[in-house]
Amino acid sequence: MLSRNSARAAQRLVRAAAHQQPHAAARSYATIQSDMFKPTKFGSKYTVSLIPGDGIGTEVAESVKTIFKADNVPIDWEQIDVSGVDSGTPGSAEAAFRESVASLKRNKLGLKGILHTPISRSGHQSFNVAMRQELDIYASICLIKNIPGYDTRHKNIDLCIIRENTEGEYSGLEHQSVPGVVESLKIITRAKSERIAKFAFSFALANGRKKVTCIHKANIMKLADGLFRNTCASVAKEYPTLEYNDMIVDNASMQCVSKPQQFDVMVMPNLYGGILSNIGAALVGGPGIVPGCNMGRDVAVFEPGCRHVGLDIKGKDQANPTALLLSGSMLLRHLGLDDHANRISKAVYDVIAEGKSRTRDMGGEATTHEFTRAILNKMETL
Amino acid sequence: MLAIRSVSAPMRRQCVRAAPRAAATLSFQNRRFYSDKVAKFTGQKDASGNFPVSIIEGDGIGPEISQAVKDIFAAAKAPVSWEPVDVTPMLIDGKTTIPPATIESIERNKVALKGPLATPIGKGHVSLNLTLRRTFNLFANLRPCRSVAGYKTPYDGVDTVLIRENTEGEYSGIEHVVVDGVVQSIKLITREASERVLRFAFQHATEIGRKKVRVVHKATIMKMSDGLFLKVANDVAKDFPHIEFDAELLDNTCLKMVTDPLPYNDKVLVMPNLYGDILSDMCAGLIGGLGLTPSGNIGDQCSIFEAVHGSAPDIAGQGKANPTALLLSSMMMLRHMGLTEYANRIEKAAFDTLAEGKALTGDLGGKASTTDYAQAIISRL
Repeated sequence: MLSRNSARAAQRLVRAAAHQQPHAAARSYATIQSDMFKPTKFGSKYTVSLIPGDGIGTEVAESVKTIFKADNVPIDWEQIDVSGVDSGTPGSAEAAFRESVASLKRNKLGLKGILHTPISRSGHQSFNVAMRQELDIYASICLIKNIPGYDTRHKNIDLCIIRENTEGEYSGLEHQSVPGVVESLKIITRAKSERIAKFAFSFALANGRKKVTCIHKANIMKLADGLFRNTCASVAKEYPTLEYNDMIVDNASMQCVSKPQQFDVMVMPNLYGGILSNIGAALVGGPGIVPGCNMGRDVAVFEPGCRHVGLDIKGKDQANPTALLLSGSMLLRHLGLDDHANRISKAVYDVIAEGKSRTRDMGGEATTHEFTRAILNKMETL
Repeated sequence: MLAIRSVSAPMRRQCVRAAPRAAATLSFQNRRFYSDKVAKFTGQKDASGNFPVSIIEGDGIGPEISQAVKDIFAAAKAPVSWEPVDVTPMLIDGKTTIPPATIESIERNKVALKGPLATPIGKGHVSLNLTLRRTFNLFANLRPCRSVAGYKTPYDGVDTVLIRENTEGEYSGIEHVVVDGVVQSIKLITREASERVLRFAFQHATEIGRKKVRVVHKATIMKMSDGLFLKVANDVAKDFPHIEFDAELLDNTCLKMVTDPLPYNDKVLVMPNLYGDILSDMCAGLIGGLGLTPSGNIGDQCSIFEAVHGSAPDIAGQGKANPTALLLSSMMMLRHMGLTEYANRIEKAAFDTLAEGKALTGDLGGKASTTDYAQAIISRL
């Protein structure tokens, strides 16, 4: 779904765009010029890390594996079963987590479910966040689009949320000054703001989108969000063909539930991305159908765009694999395997549009297995 | 503990705070800041038997919608006398402040109703809303959203109540540039402010007859700050055994509310500043925008009820403005003052008028003027 133009076209444009601007000094960190992906390939097969994740992860990953195999996709999965749920054996989760990071560094490419994060303070830090920071996969893309044939309250939504993934409120820097008084630091840097802004504009350009909206709260956080907003505005000047505006986050969330059609590409710091991707997912039918990916300079990890673990329906065979399937087909396009990607995503869309086999979150009765079977049958007819 | 009742006196609090904290950190953990009801209305009737209320008519459409509210109150014979006050910002010692007479009036009356204010841009003023909030230490923002029968949106039957901590969190205003290009913004969560707003939330739930209070947080990521808020909530919940308490991750709340807001109709949601800001506006979006949502800023000394929409200078003075938000805010005010019967009567008349759909203002797709709309409500009283 990374648009038909495919990620390669995006990179070409991005590189071209970067070449045009021989900026000096401080730019080194913020260019995306070298963000080229050289995934591991042995013979004619790619090796991709697969991290099913917690909750429904195993079930939907199983569905993806079955479908990819049926289509003879040239991918070898390197599966690492990381879990954020406390297993009782101290250190085992951390070891698996480190293994997954090493695997991703090696393969440069991954497909990932969501890992559970405990609330308790003694619990580990969020593996999802740690992974993004460790691999510096700084741009999260979440594609929110109505699926044809599946009606929700809102029509004609087609927006894309691009979220900074490595700093902001998720910096993880917190301390207790004195008992009962806690400070949590939100970090915004120009380099990272510029990097995400450039990514957003290049993405918009490469995917034929018209408008970029910067979401912020600069009226209150004048310095932090002010820096983000100003950086976006100055990057916008380098992309005169794209329309640019900015909006305060509370207004944006209000507009999102009343007139979501006005948005195209939205770029924002970390926390607001979490909020708006959830609002957005709810507009088109829930986290089960929203694909996404995380892009960095070296590594790209594809995961559902709206990050929910789904512990409550774990093992019940009710999960909707659409989000991971569509994320998977984004991964295929990223590798240039457009034929496979098109066949798989078309089968998914057709099955949903026919409406005979839908999982419970889409108002149907089908189990994950039945839904997968319906897609496999559909693929044979394509 | 000296500081037990110090919450109502912010200046004094600053001084007493430091001392016992250092000395008595152990007892601090379990201490309660409140022994009495939070934000109790203590206003007195005047000689003619009316409660005096300070009214800030506001800019733009403010005077028109304020007049509509006054007319409706007069027709309902609500025991309220209006005391108009002026909030033209003044700079005293380099600080934005409001005229002393206004402060004095609001402090005396304990309650105020406020129309929309236009914040002058580029004159070095802090926003007036923020000034009022700071001056009177209005720690909780109460935002109920209820679907209006006459105005169709994709969501029906919404009836949510959100309470937002109003004084700290992400909006603490503590920010600094570490080196060029690197900014730190501090989210401040204190046990004291958290307890105050949480206690108010439980108390409010009891008052409006809701059985469930839910805290919205992001303690998976912000383990200490949101973790503290959550912990305090667990402690406060023990004092309200008749209320069911649970917590939900911010992501889930956003997702579920937009998917289907109805399960939230029996709950009171309470959350730190930023989340509350975003979610309360989002809820307003569910029912059709800020023109239909009331808001109350609750403090221990006094409370200010307001319309949160803009001052709409483009239609000012043309009689087109929709006074619903201010009217609904004034209903909240009446309930806060204990004048529930009047509030119920006026509110029913207002909702019936909207549901009938004959006298709607332009923003709701009708043709009625502000006065027509007010008259339609009055005729139903």
